[in-house]
Amino acid sequence: MAGTETSLLTVTDLSISFGGLKAVDGISFDVEPGEVFTIVGPNGAGKSTIFNLISRFYQPSSGRIVFEGRDITGLSAHQIAPLGIARTFQNIELFDHSTVLSNLLMGRHAHRRTSWVEDMLFLPRVRAEERAHRRRVEEVIEFLELEAYRTKLIAGLPYGVRKVVEIARALATGPKLLLLDEPASGLSVEESQDVAFWIEDMKKDMGLTILMVEHDMNLVAQVSDRVLAVANGRPLAQGSSAEVQSHPAVIEAYLGTSATSKVPA
Amino acid sequence: MRFIFKTTYDRDIDLFEDNWNRIKIALLIVVMALLPFTASEYYLAEATNTLIWALAGMGLMLLVGHSGQVSLGHAAFLAIGAYANVALMNVGVPFVPAFIAAGIITGVFGAVIAIPAIRMSGIYLAIATLALFVIVEEIVILAEPITGGIGGIFAPEITILGVSFERYAALPNFYWLCLTTVVLVTIGYANLLRSPTGRAFLAVRDSEVSARALGINVARTKTLAFGLSCAVTGLAGALMGHALSFINYEAFSIFISINLLLVVTIGGLGFIQGAFLGAILITGLPQLLSILRDVSGVDTSAFPGFETLIFAAILLIFIIYEPMGLYGRWLKTRTFFDLFPLCRRDMFRRQKSYLKTERMR
Repeated sequence: MAGTETSLLTVTDLSISFGGLKAVDGISFDVEPGEVFTIVGPNGAGKSTIFNLISRFYQPSSGRIVFEGRDITGLSAHQIAPLGIARTFQNIELFDHSTVLSNLLMGRHAHRRTSWVEDMLFLPRVRAEERAHRRRVEEVIEFLELEAYRTKLIAGLPYGVRKVVEIARALATGPKLLLLDEPASGLSVEESQDVAFWIEDMKKDMGLTILMVEHDMNLVAQVSDRVLAVANGRPLAQGSSAEVQSHPAVIEAYLGTSATSKVPA
Repeated sequence: MRFIFKTTYDRDIDLFEDNWNRIKIALLIVVMALLPFTASEYYLAEATNTLIWALAGMGLMLLVGHSGQVSLGHAAFLAIGAYANVALMNVGVPFVPAFIAAGIITGVFGAVIAIPAIRMSGIYLAIATLALFVIVEEIVILAEPITGGIGGIFAPEITILGVSFERYAALPNFYWLCLTTVVLVTIGYANLLRSPTGRAFLAVRDSEVSARALGINVARTKTLAFGLSCAVTGLAGALMGHALSFINYEAFSIFISINLLLVVTIGGLGFIQGAFLGAILITGLPQLLSILRDVSGVDTSAFPGFETLIFAAILLIFIIYEPMGLYGRWLKTRTFFDLFPLCRRDMFRRQKSYLKTERMR
């Protein structure tokens, strides 16, 4: 399934092995602009590894990643954000000793235009840029309702809020494609409902394309346009959420072989 | 309790959050500038020494406190700054360009050193910088035509536009020179911290993985931090050379490196103010001890290593009971009175986060 001309992200035959373990083995998919594409699979299926490959933390042993018609397989991790790809981390990777506001401002780094010399002299241009960054960050704060936490240090925030700040920081980079690595893990039912609404809003109002890894099947079913199931680094099934959930290979991967006959398709 | 009502984003971008802070800092600078008219020569020399240590402290603070890299070799950069300055002046370069060049030379040297050094972190980086210090010390001894070898070298007299800024002949002028340098560097440092460059330093310190995902070039940022840190330290070294007026390889010993680390840790890692508080403590404590000795009549010089013992004890007490340093203590005290009686004991307690992405390397 080679991606069409219009695909935002096309992943072709992606593989990586750690030692003898093939963590990702021949995964191909393409993400169309404006859709929510979800990758599901049991623990250790290679979902997060796919994310790390796309955000260029890992170098694939074979395969190609094409974003907006440009091959990004050879780029470094720090060259990805300026292209318009932002990501969150499964286990929250915030800057703990900074405030929520400065965490989000760090998210604007890909858009900085000033050099360190200008920064040190704090020329009027730097101030103008700072104002513009702040304006963008405030939009994100308003969207994700983080006003109450603006000046709070990350280290003192509850888990649920940190999870939202993580999404906010990714949004602050002004991405076209947002990679969400288990956005609802560890959240309460209400909190993951909020996440579902935000994902819908990001898709509809901001026109973002979202690639998500998630275990919470309710959330997946609610927001996903298409779902890809993987197990042991191999693709199992692709289609709508309902199709994938009832696919025999998926049920087998989650529940074991004998379960296939007992669960009505 | 004061509450600052902000109406524009500029209030957050400004260096000072309100006029009250502006007035306080202006007052401090005025008092400092007027010090030569009130203080005796002895105390003025001590104040100069403290300023130079604060400058060197800021250099190390940028590296350790703000970009999260350790250096046990900063005495080497002090030495490079001092010798570069003296060498340039000895070939006829006037003080001001020689002084600035000493900073730039040390900065470039630091940035070059950083290229291999930034591949390491924590204890390995500390050992690598320590090794660098040993190498620089040897080079200082070997490069006799420039450094005077083991014999050492005298710092030439500073004259700017015909006016003497000599440490002994014109101490007030030398003091003002140090004060001006410290004020300018502090402004530049504070500007960096409120701009994208400073945020990139903090990002690299707290999570390299996230920093990369946000488009921060970690290697470049660390190299820049190393270079800037060394440049500031080089400036401090140049001034220190003139303050000592005679320098040899023993002037910049490993104890200077360790004392510098004490300045930033006791002062408060991650705060510019910490470098100043740490410098005041490190340079003031020996004076305080000798005053106590005179007052109490106990001759502590009979116990060699007594001062080192006191230093070590203070360091241990800080690491155990006040990891945020003197400035952290000040922040806590201020918050206590600001919020009185609502301050809670655990307001500043660090919440441990046990969830961290497995480092991807």
